[in-house]
Amino acid sequence: MRRTLRTLAAALILGTGLAAPAFAADVTLLNVSYDPTRELYQDFNTAFAKYWKAKTGDNVSVRQSHGGSGKQARSVIDGLEADVVTLALAWDVDALHQNGKLIPADWQKRLAHNASPYTSTIVFLVRKGNPKAIKDWNDLVKPGVEVITPNPKTSGGARWNYLAAWAYATKQPGGSDASAKDFVKKLYGNVKVLDSGARGSTTTFVERGIGDVLIAWENEAYLAVKELGPDKFEIVTPSLSILAEPPVSVVDKVVDKRGTRAVATAYLEYLYSTEGQEIAAQNYYRPVDAKVAAKYAKTFAPVKLFTIDAEFGGWDKAQKAHFADGGLFDQISVR
Amino acid sequence: MAGATALHAKADHAARFESRSATREPTWVKWTLIGVSLTFFALFLLMPLIAVFVEALRKGWDTYLAALVEPDALSAIRLTLIAAAIAVPLNLVFGVSAAWAITKFNFRGKHFLITLIDLPFSVSPVVAGLIYVLLFGAQGWFGPWLAEHDLKVIFAVPGIVLATVFVTFPFIARELIPLMQAQGKEEEEAAVVLGANGWQTFWYVTLPNIKWGLLYGVILTNARAMGEFGAVSVVSGHIRGLTNTMPLHVEILYNEYQFAASFAVASLLALLALVTLCIKTWIEHQAGRDS
Repeated sequence: MRRTLRTLAAALILGTGLAAPAFAADVTLLNVSYDPTRELYQDFNTAFAKYWKAKTGDNVSVRQSHGGSGKQARSVIDGLEADVVTLALAWDVDALHQNGKLIPADWQKRLAHNASPYTSTIVFLVRKGNPKAIKDWNDLVKPGVEVITPNPKTSGGARWNYLAAWAYATKQPGGSDASAKDFVKKLYGNVKVLDSGARGSTTTFVERGIGDVLIAWENEAYLAVKELGPDKFEIVTPSLSILAEPPVSVVDKVVDKRGTRAVATAYLEYLYSTEGQEIAAQNYYRPVDAKVAAKYAKTFAPVKLFTIDAEFGGWDKAQKAHFADGGLFDQISVR
Repeated sequence: MAGATALHAKADHAARFESRSATREPTWVKWTLIGVSLTFFALFLLMPLIAVFVEALRKGWDTYLAALVEPDALSAIRLTLIAAAIAVPLNLVFGVSAAWAITKFNFRGKHFLITLIDLPFSVSPVVAGLIYVLLFGAQGWFGPWLAEHDLKVIFAVPGIVLATVFVTFPFIARELIPLMQAQGKEEEEAAVVLGANGWQTFWYVTLPNIKWGLLYGVILTNARAMGEFGAVSVVSGHIRGLTNTMPLHVEILYNEYQFAASFAVASLLALLALVTLCIKTWIEHQAGRDS
């Protein structure tokens, strides 16, 4: 009996010793992302696993967590072990540096295009036939138009929405900060439901049938039309909108602890590859790669885009002026 | 919800009132009341319940079953069962000992203890979740120590179990305290006088007296443990296939436009509620017969 046990033990040790190199390593990554990227990363994770398997022989499975961008950043700061974050705006990724020093200050310089492998913009989703004749931002402040947009305090997308409206107002003839403040105040006066995340707003508009117009991410609007039928909704592209750059980053503290830096970095770099860019474009994100962008040029309506750096002097400034406690958004919300 | 037995005593009262013309309500009052409550029941409880099943089966049985055996759904079901399997026994032990201590002994701070037991009822589940983030989060009190020892509490299974235990804390104790108070301690005193030790007293005297109330408490605890959304949502981190419970999985599917799948998982939860209801009725029936 004892001998059999010993043989068994030896066989096991030998077995594992011999077998280890033959079997591929299994790696898991956790990608903590914002709300509307669910479909994008579902496709991308499969593609990356295939690519990584072919390149290194390792099996990589990427787990996903989705939610409002600000909330997701908070979770990572509180200890959610994300190998990579792919959030809605730079401010939320910056929070990982500000609180807990999870990433270095210059994280946005580590990857091309401000660490944003795809961009998007803000458009309007209206009901079929556009019954309220909504063409541009100034139609949203008309009396009787019900607007759906998430809360800028919790949602990244909502902050892009708000800033796009603000910039539009300052660019009108005779526009100033004062007239812009008045404009967004009227706009948010028309808001029926202020959900906490972009996807919540979309379901409020398309599923519950509340409101005349949804201010949404371009990709979110296209997806809603695709999922729920072009016979029900129309996309309206305003004359002017904001260039939204959702950035990505490896979370240094986590990957160094888990030993996943190489695969996590490769994961993000693969977003910039031709295949990664194609997947982004197929999910209605605007690719940054010129060739892929040209190929999908017909998908995206031409729209005059401005950047947050040019109009607002970067996220840090915009955040402090508009969304901090007692900031402009709080001031216009007081009724 | 106090006491399954109380309900049956009331049923006897009702029969007595009905039998005498002096205490009998006019027929139209009786039927209006019954009509109103039945309409209310159909509108607010029955219809949504039916809607869940109709939506779940909208795309047929195949989609329904596929939604339930999909890996993420299975993992959510598994996690929900694990959380309930830990929370229910823990609260069972706690609930019985708390009720025992409160009803059979006199001590200082007894009322304070009763208030504390009720705390999870009065605190919003979101706050309950945040408490654990503040304690065990990376920036929280014990965060650095936990990180050093490579222990994960929140955004992992232990956090979900903790949150579940917290919100289901009062059910059993709350069920037992009034019951044991009503029964008094004469029977236990008699047992002790006759030479029974503490354990025998509990096992042969107290437990048979409280068994239906206890079972009822367990069922309520279980139902809440499986259905809890708020507190668990805060500590979950929403990692698919890892830290999503059934209620969280329902929300995710709904937000992904997978309505049929979402309602399929929701229908499982609704089924659980129905089973709970059946067991509850059965317990009330048994308790009524016993008394």
